[in-house]
Amino acid sequence: MTLQMFLEHLYMVILAVIFAIGIGLPLGILSYLFPGARKAILWVVDVLQTIPSLALLGIIMVFIGAGKITVITGLVLYSLLPIVRNTNLGLTEVDPAIKEAARGMGMSKFYQLIRVELPLAFPVIFTGIRIATVNSIGSAVFAAFVGGGGLGSIIYRGIRIQNIRLIASGTLSLMLMAVVFDLVMGMIEKRLYRRSSAA
Amino acid sequence: MTAFLEVYGKMLVNSILTHLFYVFVSVSIGFCLGLALGILLTRVPKYSQVILPVISLFQTIPGIVFIGTLFLYIGMVPLTVIIALSIYAMFPVLKNTYVGILNVEPQYTEAARGLGMSNSQVLVQVELPLAMPTIIAGLRMSTVYTVSWAVLAAMIGLGGLGDFIYRGISTNNNALIIVGAVPAAVLAVVLGLLIDRLQKKAVPRGLRKGGAVK
Repeated sequence: MTLQMFLEHLYMVILAVIFAIGIGLPLGILSYLFPGARKAILWVVDVLQTIPSLALLGIIMVFIGAGKITVITGLVLYSLLPIVRNTNLGLTEVDPAIKEAARGMGMSKFYQLIRVELPLAFPVIFTGIRIATVNSIGSAVFAAFVGGGGLGSIIYRGIRIQNIRLIASGTLSLMLMAVVFDLVMGMIEKRLYRRSSAA
Repeated sequence: MTAFLEVYGKMLVNSILTHLFYVFVSVSIGFCLGLALGILLTRVPKYSQVILPVISLFQTIPGIVFIGTLFLYIGMVPLTVIIALSIYAMFPVLKNTYVGILNVEPQYTEAARGLGMSNSQVLVQVELPLAMPTIIAGLRMSTVYTVSWAVLAAMIGLGGLGDFIYRGISTNNNALIIVGAVPAAVLAVVLGLLIDRLQKKAVPRGLRKGGAVK
Protein backbone atom coordinates (compact mmCIF):
# COMPACT_ATOMS: atom_id res chain seq x y z
CA MET A 1 0.00 0.00 0.00
CA THR A 2 2.81 2.34 0.89
CA LEU A 3 4.54 1.51 -2.36
CA GLN A 4 1.46 2.43 -4.31
CA MET A 5 1.21 5.79 -2.53
CA PHE A 6 4.90 6.32 -3.12
CA LEU A 7 4.49 5.71 -6.85
CA GLU A 8 1.38 7.88 -6.95
CA HIS A 9 3.33 10.68 -5.35
CA LEU A 10 6.21 10.24 -7.76
CA TYR A 11 3.87 10.15 -10.71
CA MET A 12 2.24 13.47 -9.80
CA VAL A 13 5.58 15.15 -9.16
CA ILE A 14 7.26 13.97 -12.35
CA LEU A 15 4.29 14.79 -14.54
CA ALA A 16 4.02 18.23 -12.93
CA VAL A 17 7.71 18.98 -13.43
CA ILE A 18 7.56 17.91 -17.08
CA PHE A 19 4.62 20.23 -17.70
CA ALA A 20 6.31 22.99 -15.74
CA ILE A 21 9.38 22.68 -17.95
CA GLY A 22 7.15 22.77 -21.04
CA ILE A 23 5.55 26.01 -19.87
CA GLY A 24 8.38 27.55 -17.86
CA LEU A 25 11.14 27.22 -20.41
CA PRO A 26 9.30 29.19 -23.14
CA LEU A 27 8.25 31.77 -20.52
CA GLY A 28 11.85 32.13 -19.40
CA ILE A 29 13.03 32.52 -22.99
CA LEU A 30 10.28 35.08 -23.66
CA SER A 31 11.28 37.08 -20.61
CA TYR A 32 14.86 37.03 -21.90
CA LEU A 33 14.01 38.05 -25.45
CA PHE A 34 11.56 40.77 -24.44
CA PRO A 35 12.95 42.69 -21.48
CA GLY A 36 9.69 44.63 -21.37
CA ALA A 37 7.76 41.49 -20.47
CA ARG A 38 10.42 40.27 -18.05
CA LYS A 39 9.15 42.08 -15.00
CA ALA A 40 5.52 41.12 -15.55
CA ILE A 41 6.30 37.43 -16.14
CA LEU A 42 8.59 37.15 -13.13
CA TRP A 43 6.10 38.97 -10.95
CA VAL A 44 3.25 36.65 -11.92
CA VAL A 45 5.22 33.46 -11.25
CA ASP A 46 6.48 34.94 -7.98
CA VAL A 47 2.94 35.69 -6.81
CA LEU A 48 1.82 32.21 -7.84
CA GLN A 49 4.39 30.68 -5.56
CA THR A 50 3.45 32.94 -2.67
CA ILE A 51 -0.14 31.68 -2.59
CA PRO A 52 -0.59 29.09 0.18
CA SER A 53 -0.67 25.56 -1.25
CA LEU A 54 -4.00 24.54 0.15
CA ALA A 55 -5.56 27.83 -0.97
CA LEU A 56 -4.21 27.41 -4.48
CA LEU A 57 -5.40 23.81 -4.68
CA GLY A 58 -8.78 24.88 -3.31
CA ILE A 59 -9.16 27.54 -5.97
CA ILE A 60 -8.15 25.15 -8.74
CA MET A 61 -10.56 22.59 -7.35
CA VAL A 62 -13.42 25.04 -7.73
CA PHE A 63 -12.75 25.06 -11.46
CA ILE A 64 -11.81 21.50 -12.30
CA GLY A 65 -12.99 19.43 -9.35
CA ALA A 66 -11.06 17.11 -7.05
CA GLY A 67 -8.45 14.65 -8.20
CA LYS A 68 -4.96 14.22 -9.51
CA ILE A 69 -5.28 16.78 -12.29
CA THR A 70 -5.99 19.47 -9.70
CA VAL A 71 -2.85 18.53 -7.79
CA ILE A 72 -0.71 18.40 -10.90
CA THR A 73 -2.00 21.79 -12.05
CA GLY A 74 -1.14 23.26 -8.66
CA LEU A 75 2.33 21.75 -8.67
CA VAL A 76 2.95 23.06 -12.19
CA LEU A 77 2.03 26.59 -11.10
CA TYR A 78 4.35 26.28 -8.10
CA SER A 79 7.23 24.94 -10.15
CA LEU A 80 7.15 27.78 -12.64
CA LEU A 81 9.09 30.25 -10.49
CA PRO A 82 12.42 28.42 -10.19
CA ILE A 83 12.33 27.27 -13.82
CA VAL A 84 11.37 30.62 -15.34
CA ARG A 85 13.77 32.57 -13.15
CA ASN A 86 16.71 30.28 -13.77
CA THR A 87 16.07 30.13 -17.51
CA ASN A 88 16.10 33.89 -17.60
CA LEU A 89 19.18 34.09 -15.39
CA GLY A 90 21.08 31.44 -17.32
CA LEU A 91 20.42 33.09 -20.67
CA THR A 92 21.31 36.53 -19.34
CA GLU A 93 24.56 35.29 -17.92
CA VAL A 94 25.90 33.81 -21.15
CA ASP A 95 29.16 35.60 -21.95
CA PRO A 96 28.40 38.55 -24.31
CA ALA A 97 31.59 37.76 -26.24
CA ILE A 98 30.17 34.36 -27.15
CA LYS A 99 26.83 35.89 -28.16
CA GLU A 100 28.63 38.35 -30.41
CA ALA A 101 30.79 35.66 -31.92
CA ALA A 102 27.64 33.70 -32.75
CA ARG A 103 26.11 36.72 -34.43
CA GLY A 104 29.34 37.45 -36.25
CA MET A 105 29.22 33.98 -37.71
CA GLY A 106 25.93 34.97 -39.29
CA MET A 107 23.59 33.06 -37.00
CA SER A 108 20.00 34.24 -36.94
CA LYS A 109 18.56 35.17 -33.59
CA PHE A 110 16.63 31.92 -33.40
CA TYR A 111 19.60 29.82 -34.39
CA GLN A 112 21.78 31.63 -31.90
CA LEU A 113 19.29 30.90 -29.14
CA ILE A 114 18.96 27.21 -29.97
CA ARG A 115 22.58 26.42 -30.76
CA VAL A 116 24.51 28.75 -28.48
CA GLU A 117 22.63 30.42 -25.68
CA LEU A 118 20.35 27.63 -24.49
CA PRO A 119 23.10 24.98 -24.34
CA LEU A 120 25.32 27.35 -22.36
CA ALA A 121 22.47 28.29 -20.03
CA PHE A 122 21.45 24.69 -19.48
CA PRO A 123 23.30 24.05 -16.19
CA VAL A 124 21.57 27.03 -14.55
CA ILE A 125 18.22 25.93 -15.99
CA PHE A 126 18.82 22.46 -14.60
CA THR A 127 19.36 23.93 -11.14
CA GLY A 128 15.90 25.48 -11.46
CA ILE A 129 14.43 22.12 -12.45
CA ARG A 130 16.05 20.46 -9.44
CA ILE A 131 14.64 23.06 -7.06
CA ALA A 132 11.20 22.71 -8.68
CA THR A 133 11.30 18.93 -8.32
CA VAL A 134 12.33 18.90 -4.65
CA ASN A 135 9.74 21.57 -3.80
CA SER A 136 7.03 19.68 -5.64
CA ILE A 137 7.75 16.53 -3.65
CA GLY A 138 6.97 18.52 -0.51
CA SER A 139 3.94 20.34 -1.85
CA ALA A 140 2.38 17.19 -3.28
CA VAL A 141 1.54 16.25 0.32
CA PHE A 142 -1.48 18.49 -0.05
CA ALA A 143 -2.86 16.12 -2.64
CA ALA A 144 -4.39 14.25 0.28
CA PHE A 145 -6.84 17.07 0.87
CA VAL A 146 -8.15 17.31 -2.65
CA GLY A 147 -8.43 13.62 -3.37
CA GLY A 148 -5.16 13.14 -5.20
CA GLY A 149 -3.68 10.42 -3.00
CA GLY A 150 0.08 10.08 -2.63
CA LEU A 151 2.17 10.02 0.51
CA GLY A 152 0.17 12.89 1.97
CA SER A 153 -2.81 10.60 2.39
CA ILE A 154 -0.77 8.20 4.53
CA ILE A 155 0.34 11.06 6.76
CA TYR A 156 -3.15 12.50 6.91
CA ARG A 157 -4.67 9.16 7.82
CA GLY A 158 -2.01 8.69 10.48
CA ILE A 159 -2.93 12.01 12.04
CA ARG A 160 -6.64 11.23 11.99
CA ILE A 161 -6.37 7.82 13.58
CA GLN A 162 -3.54 9.04 15.82
CA ASN A 163 -1.08 6.47 14.62
CA ILE A 164 2.46 7.77 14.94
CA ARG A 165 3.96 4.88 12.97
CA LEU A 166 1.81 5.62 9.98
CA ILE A 167 2.84 9.29 10.13
CA ALA A 168 6.49 8.31 10.44
CA SER A 169 6.39 5.89 7.51
CA GLY A 170 4.77 8.49 5.29
CA THR A 171 7.19 11.20 6.36
CA LEU A 172 10.30 9.07 6.01
CA SER A 173 9.33 7.93 2.52
CA LEU A 174 8.75 11.53 1.62
CA MET A 175 12.10 12.66 2.99
CA LEU A 176 13.81 9.79 1.26
CA MET A 177 12.29 10.76 -2.05
CA ALA A 178 13.26 14.42 -1.63
CA VAL A 179 16.82 13.62 -0.57
CA VAL A 180 17.43 11.09 -3.34
CA PHE A 181 16.16 13.46 -6.01
CA ASP A 182 18.17 16.30 -4.55
CA LEU A 183 21.38 14.26 -4.45
CA VAL A 184 21.08 12.61 -7.84
CA MET A 185 20.05 15.78 -9.62
CA GLY A 186 22.75 17.66 -7.71
CA MET A 187 25.34 15.23 -9.04
CA ILE A 188 24.13 15.66 -12.60
CA GLU A 189 24.20 19.39 -12.04
CA LYS A 190 27.81 19.34 -10.91
CA ARG A 191 28.80 17.38 -13.97
CA LEU A 192 26.98 19.86 -16.20
CA TYR A 193 28.75 22.80 -14.60
CA ARG A 194 32.10 21.12 -14.88
CA ARG A 195 31.57 20.35 -18.54
CA SER A 196 30.45 23.88 -19.32
CA SER A 197 33.43 25.43 -17.53
CA ALA A 198 35.83 23.04 -19.28
CA ALA A 199 34.48 23.91 -22.71
CA MET B 1 -23.29 37.94 -1.71
CA THR B 2 -24.63 40.18 1.04
CA ALA B 3 -26.56 37.30 2.52
CA PHE B 4 -23.40 35.29 2.43
CA LEU B 5 -21.47 38.03 4.18
CA GLU B 6 -24.13 38.26 6.85
CA VAL B 7 -23.72 34.62 7.64
CA TYR B 8 -19.97 34.36 7.33
CA GLY B 9 -18.74 37.96 7.65
CA LYS B 10 -17.97 37.85 11.34
CA MET B 11 -16.48 34.42 11.11
CA LEU B 12 -14.27 35.54 8.24
CA VAL B 13 -12.89 38.49 10.21
CA ASN B 14 -12.25 36.18 13.14
CA SER B 15 -10.48 33.69 10.93
CA ILE B 16 -8.26 36.32 9.39
CA LEU B 17 -7.32 37.61 12.83
CA THR B 18 -6.60 34.10 14.12
CA HIS B 19 -4.54 33.42 11.05
CA LEU B 20 -2.55 36.63 11.47
CA PHE B 21 -2.06 35.85 15.14
CA TYR B 22 -0.55 32.45 14.34
CA VAL B 23 1.68 33.96 11.68
CA PHE B 24 2.98 36.86 13.73
CA VAL B 25 3.65 34.91 16.91
CA SER B 26 5.34 31.99 15.15
CA VAL B 27 7.37 34.14 12.81
CA SER B 28 8.55 36.32 15.70
CA ILE B 29 9.62 33.30 17.74
CA GLY B 30 11.11 31.59 14.69
CA PHE B 31 12.97 34.73 13.66
CA CYS B 32 14.58 35.23 17.09
CA LEU B 33 15.56 31.56 17.36
CA GLY B 34 16.83 31.43 13.78
CA LEU B 35 18.85 34.60 14.18
CA ALA B 36 20.43 33.47 17.44
CA LEU B 37 21.23 29.95 16.21
CA GLY B 38 22.46 31.28 12.87
CA ILE B 39 24.91 33.61 14.60
CA LEU B 40 26.01 30.81 16.91
CA LEU B 41 26.70 28.55 13.95
CA THR B 42 28.96 31.13 12.32
CA ARG B 43 31.10 31.07 15.46
CA VAL B 44 31.67 27.33 15.18
CA PRO B 45 32.14 26.74 11.44
CA LYS B 46 33.53 23.29 12.12
CA TYR B 47 30.23 21.97 13.44
CA SER B 48 28.17 23.90 10.93
CA GLN B 49 29.36 21.59 8.17
CA VAL B 50 27.46 18.84 9.95
CA ILE B 51 24.55 20.81 11.36
CA LEU B 52 23.47 22.65 8.22
CA PRO B 53 22.81 19.54 6.08
CA VAL B 54 20.82 18.10 8.96
CA ILE B 55 18.77 21.27 9.04
CA SER B 56 18.05 21.17 5.33
CA LEU B 57 17.00 17.56 5.80
CA PHE B 58 14.55 18.68 8.48
CA GLN B 59 13.22 21.28 6.13
CA THR B 60 12.02 18.59 3.75
CA ILE B 61 9.56 17.44 6.42
CA PRO B 62 6.25 19.02 5.47
CA GLY B 63 4.55 21.28 8.02
CA ILE B 64 1.58 18.96 8.17
CA VAL B 65 3.79 16.38 9.88
CA PHE B 66 4.99 18.86 12.50
CA ILE B 67 1.45 19.92 13.30
CA GLY B 68 0.12 16.38 13.19
CA THR B 69 2.77 14.87 15.41
CA LEU B 70 2.70 17.66 17.98
CA PHE B 71 -1.09 17.37 17.95
CA LEU B 72 -0.78 13.78 19.14
CA TYR B 73 1.50 14.77 22.03
CA ILE B 74 0.26 18.18 23.09
CA GLY B 75 -3.33 18.02 21.96
CA MET B 76 -5.78 20.40 20.40
CA VAL B 77 -4.44 23.69 21.72
CA PRO B 78 -3.12 26.74 19.87
CA LEU B 79 0.30 26.01 21.38
CA THR B 80 0.57 23.02 19.03
CA VAL B 81 0.19 25.25 16.00
CA ILE B 82 2.53 27.91 17.38
CA ILE B 83 5.32 25.45 18.19
CA ALA B 84 5.07 23.69 14.83
CA LEU B 85 4.99 26.90 12.85
CA SER B 86 7.80 28.47 14.90
CA ILE B 87 10.08 25.54 14.19
CA TYR B 88 9.21 25.75 10.55
CA ALA B 89 9.71 29.53 10.44
CA MET B 90 13.08 29.18 12.10
CA PHE B 91 14.83 27.24 9.31
CA PRO B 92 14.95 29.86 6.51
CA VAL B 93 16.05 32.59 8.92
CA LEU B 94 18.73 30.37 10.41
CA LYS B 95 20.11 29.38 7.06
CA ASN B 96 20.10 32.90 5.67
CA THR B 97 21.66 34.38 8.80
CA TYR B 98 24.47 31.88 8.55
CA VAL B 99 25.03 32.37 4.82
CA GLY B 100 24.64 36.14 5.11
CA ILE B 101 27.26 36.49 7.82
CA LEU B 102 29.68 34.08 6.15
CA ASN B 103 29.39 36.03 2.91
CA VAL B 104 30.49 39.28 4.56
CA GLU B 105 33.82 39.97 2.93
CA PRO B 106 36.76 39.53 5.28
CA GLN B 107 38.12 42.95 4.35
CA TYR B 108 35.24 44.58 6.25
CA THR B 109 35.62 42.53 9.40
CA GLU B 110 39.37 42.97 9.29
CA ALA B 111 39.01 46.71 8.91
CA ALA B 112 36.62 46.71 11.86
CA ARG B 113 39.07 44.71 13.96
CA GLY B 114 41.82 47.10 12.90
CA LEU B 115 39.71 49.92 14.29
CA GLY B 116 39.82 48.12 17.61
CA MET B 117 36.29 46.72 17.66
CA SER B 118 35.59 43.81 19.96
CA ASN B 119 34.04 40.61 18.61
CA SER B 120 30.56 41.61 19.62
CA GLN B 121 30.98 45.06 18.13
CA VAL B 122 32.11 43.55 14.85
CA LEU B 123 29.03 41.34 14.90
CA VAL B 124 26.50 44.03 15.74
CA GLN B 125 27.96 46.95 13.83
CA VAL B 126 29.49 45.29 10.79
CA GLU B 127 28.46 41.70 10.13
CA LEU B 128 24.76 41.89 10.99
CA PRO B 129 24.05 45.09 9.02
CA LEU B 130 25.86 43.69 6.00
CA ALA B 131 24.03 40.37 6.28
CA MET B 132 20.66 42.03 6.96
CA PRO B 133 19.27 41.91 3.39
CA THR B 134 19.95 38.18 3.26
CA ILE B 135 18.43 37.68 6.70
CA ILE B 136 15.32 39.60 5.67
CA ALA B 137 15.06 37.41 2.58
CA GLY B 138 14.94 34.49 5.02
CA LEU B 139 12.26 36.28 7.00
CA ARG B 140 10.22 36.67 3.83
CA MET B 141 10.43 32.98 3.12
CA SER B 142 9.45 32.15 6.71
CA THR B 143 6.47 34.45 6.60
CA VAL B 144 5.15 33.19 3.29
CA TYR B 145 5.60 29.58 4.40
CA THR B 146 3.94 30.25 7.72
CA VAL B 147 0.88 31.82 6.12
CA SER B 148 0.70 28.69 4.02
CA TRP B 149 1.15 26.19 6.83
CA ALA B 150 -1.16 28.09 9.19
CA VAL B 151 -3.95 26.96 6.89
CA LEU B 152 -3.36 23.54 8.40
CA ALA B 153 -4.39 24.73 11.85
CA ALA B 154 -7.91 24.00 10.68
CA MET B 155 -6.94 20.38 10.18
CA ILE B 156 -6.80 19.96 13.94
CA GLY B 157 -9.78 22.22 14.50
CA LEU B 158 -7.99 25.38 15.53
CA GLY B 159 -9.47 27.93 13.17
CA GLY B 160 -7.76 30.31 10.83
CA LEU B 161 -8.60 30.70 7.18
CA GLY B 162 -8.07 27.00 6.65
CA ASP B 163 -11.45 26.47 8.32
CA PHE B 164 -13.29 27.77 5.29
CA ILE B 165 -11.10 25.91 2.84
CA TYR B 166 -11.53 22.67 4.75
CA ARG B 167 -15.21 22.94 5.19
CA GLY B 168 -15.57 23.96 1.57
CA ILE B 169 -13.56 21.01 0.34
CA SER B 170 -15.30 18.44 2.50
CA THR B 171 -18.83 19.70 1.77
CA ASN B 172 -18.09 20.52 -1.85
CA ASN B 173 -19.04 24.14 -1.28
CA ASN B 174 -17.09 26.25 -3.75
CA ALA B 175 -18.10 29.57 -2.21
CA LEU B 176 -16.59 28.54 1.11
CA ILE B 177 -13.34 27.47 -0.54
CA ILE B 178 -13.03 30.81 -2.29
CA VAL B 179 -13.87 32.77 0.85
CA GLY B 180 -11.02 31.03 2.65
CA ALA B 181 -8.51 30.72 -0.16
CA VAL B 182 -8.60 34.22 -1.59
CA PRO B 183 -7.91 36.05 1.70
CA ALA B 184 -5.17 33.52 2.48
CA ALA B 185 -3.56 34.18 -0.89
CA VAL B 186 -3.93 37.94 -0.52
CA LEU B 187 -2.47 37.77 2.98
CA ALA B 188 0.61 35.92 1.77
CA VAL B 189 1.15 38.25 -1.18
CA VAL B 190 0.68 41.41 0.90
CA LEU B 191 2.99 40.25 3.69
CA GLY B 192 5.55 39.28 1.05
CA LEU B 193 5.37 42.77 -0.49
CA LEU B 194 5.70 44.45 2.90
CA ILE B 195 8.83 42.47 3.65
CA ASP B 196 10.24 43.29 0.21
CA ARG B 197 9.90 46.94 1.19
CA LEU B 198 11.62 46.26 4.48
CA GLN B 199 14.41 44.50 2.65
CA LYS B 200 15.14 47.52 0.48
CA LYS B 201 15.39 49.62 3.60
CA ALA B 202 17.67 47.07 5.26
CA VAL B 203 20.45 47.48 2.71
CA PRO B 204 23.14 49.62 4.35
CA ARG B 205 23.16 53.02 2.69
CA GLY B 206 26.68 52.74 1.34
CA LEU B 207 25.76 49.54 -0.46
CA ARG B 208 22.54 50.55 -2.21
CA LYS B 209 22.60 50.10 -5.97
CA GLY B 210 25.12 47.60 -7.19
CA GLY B 211 26.37 45.02 -4.75
CA ALA B 212 24.93 41.55 -5.03
CA VAL B 213 21.85 41.31 -2.87
CA LYS B 214 19.87 38.18 -3.30
